Amino acid sequence: MASSSMFGPNNPGAFWTGGPAPGQFYNFPGSQSTSAQNSSQRTLYPVVTGTSVLGVQFEGGVVMAADMLGSYGSLARFRDCPRLLKVNDTTVLGAAGDYADFQYLSNVIQQQVIDEECLNDGFGYTPKSLHCWLTRVLYNRRSQFNPLWNTYIVAGIDDEKPFLGYVDKIGMAYEAPSLACGFGAYLALPIIRDAMEKNPTMTQDEAVALIDRCMKLLFYRDARSLNKYQVAVITKAGVDIRGPIKSETNWEVAHMIKGYE
Amino acid sequence: MSSIGTGYDLSASQFSPDGRVFQVEYAQKAVENSGTAVGIRGKDGVVFGVEKLITSKLYEKGDNKRILNVDRHVGAAFAGLNADARHLVERARDEASSYRHSYGDPIPLRHLTERVAGYVHAHTLYSSVRPFGVSMILGSMEQDGPQMYLIDPSGVSWGYHGCAVGKAKQNAKTEIEKLKMKDMTVRELVKEVAKIIYIVHDEVKDKAFDLELSWVGEITGGKHELVPPEVFVEAEKYAKEALEESDDSDEEDL
Repeated sequence: MASSSMFGPNNPGAFWTGGPAPGQFYNFPGSQSTSAQNSSQRTLYPVVTGTSVLGVQFEGGVVMAADMLGSYGSLARFRDCPRLLKVNDTTVLGAAGDYADFQYLSNVIQQQVIDEECLNDGFGYTPKSLHCWLTRVLYNRRSQFNPLWNTYIVAGIDDEKPFLGYVDKIGMAYEAPSLACGFGAYLALPIIRDAMEKNPTMTQDEAVALIDRCMKLLFYRDARSLNKYQVAVITKAGVDIRGPIKSETNWEVAHMIKGYE
Repeated sequence: MSSIGTGYDLSASQFSPDGRVFQVEYAQKAVENSGTAVGIRGKDGVVFGVEKLITSKLYEKGDNKRILNVDRHVGAAFAGLNADARHLVERARDEASSYRHSYGDPIPLRHLTERVAGYVHAHTLYSSVRPFGVSMILGSMEQDGPQMYLIDPSGVSWGYHGCAVGKAKQNAKTEIEKLKMKDMTVRELVKEVAKIIYIVHDEVKDKAFDLELSWVGEITGGKHELVPPEVFVEAEKYAKEALEESDDSDEEDL
C-alpha cells in the first residue's frame, strides 16, 4: 500500500485501504490467487505400501489374512507391519496400499471406538457400519483430489451373519462372500472362488487352510509379498488375530538360483 | 451469608471486602444439595459409588448416570448439577482424546486433572460466565498403580485415597476413614462403598435413590466400567444387611 508521502501525479495511491490504485486490478478479499506460491500438489503415489489382503466367509464366520511386508517401491523395506486392525469384538479391518494412510485412519477409528465405549450404550461399530463409513471417507477424499491411497477389506460378524466388504481409494465399494485386493485379486481369488464353489458350506478349518494355501501362493508369485503373515478369524465368539505365521516353502525347482540364501 | 454477600455476589470476577468470591461459594452449595458421591482408592484400583436421588417415580430407570467414562482407563463420578457435569466430562474426554492423538498414549490422570481443573478455574475469573456447580472425582489405573483426584468448583484439585462429595460428605468421610483402603482390593472395597452410600442415605428427607457403582483396576484390565450385575447385587446385599444389623443393634440399645 502506498504511503501518503508517495502520492503524486504519477502515483495517486489506492482508492481505499487495501484497494486498487487507479488503473490497477482489484483483488477481492478471500479470492484465491493463482500464483505458484499458493499451489499445492496432492498425493500422486503411495510410499511405503502393503500388498494383498484376502478374505473368505465360512459357516458362521470370516477369515482374513495379510502379510507383514512394508515395501518401499520394489524394496522389501519393513518386515513387521501388521495390516489387520482389530476394531472391536465383531470387526476387523485389513488394508493394502499406503501404510501411513492406513496408520492415520487406524488412529481415527481407534479414537472413535474409545468414544463409543465411553458412551456405554451398547452401540459400537458393526462391520457393515464401518464399511459404510469408510466408503464416505474414501469417496470424500478422492472428491477433494486427495485420496487415502488404500484398499480396505472389512470382515466381521453382523447380526450373526458373516460380513465381507471392499472399499478402494476412489470410494468404490461392494460386498462379496470372498474378497481380495492387489495381486491377490488376480492370483488368489480365482482359487478361493473355485474352492467355495466346490464346497459351499466351508468350515472354519477349511477356510483357514484355504487362506494359508493362498498366502503361500502369493509369496511364490507376488514379488511384493513376504512369507510372514497374520490371519484374523472372526466368529460369534469374537476376534482372533493369529500370527505372525510363516509359510513352509519349497524352492527345489530353483536349484540354479544362487546367492539369496 | 445472605446480607454479607450483598453486592459482592453477583459476579465471579469480583472479590468481597473480606477476600471471598461468593459465586464460587454458591457453586459449592449447589454441590452440597446433590446426592453423595464416594471414591476410594485401594491397592489394585479405584471404586466409585453414587447415591442418585430419584425425584419422581415417573422417571425411567437408569437414566442420567452420575458415573461416566472419560477414556478407557479413566472414570468420573460427580455431585452437583448434572448438565454442568456432563459438559465437564465432555471436556475431559476431549482432553484425553487430544493427548492420545498427540502422544499416542493414554493420558496420565494427573495431567488430565490439571487440564480440567484449569478449565473449571477459568470459569471463576470472568463476570461473563458462571462457575461449574460440580465436584468431580476422577479415577484411573496407571502403570504405577491406581490414581484418584477431586476437582471442586473453585478449580482446586487434590489427590486422595478416599473422598466424598455431595449431601452427606461429612458422614461419608467419617465412614471412609474407618477403612484401611491401602491394603484393600477393589473387590472388597466395592462392598464397602455400597455400604457407605446406604449408611449416609437420608431416608427421611430423600426417599428413593439408585445406587451406582463402578471400578477401574487390575480386575477390569485397566478399564473403567460399571461393576457387573452379579458384583452389584452382592455389594448391594452386603450393604443392606449391614444396615439392618446396625438398625437391630440400635433397637437393642433402646
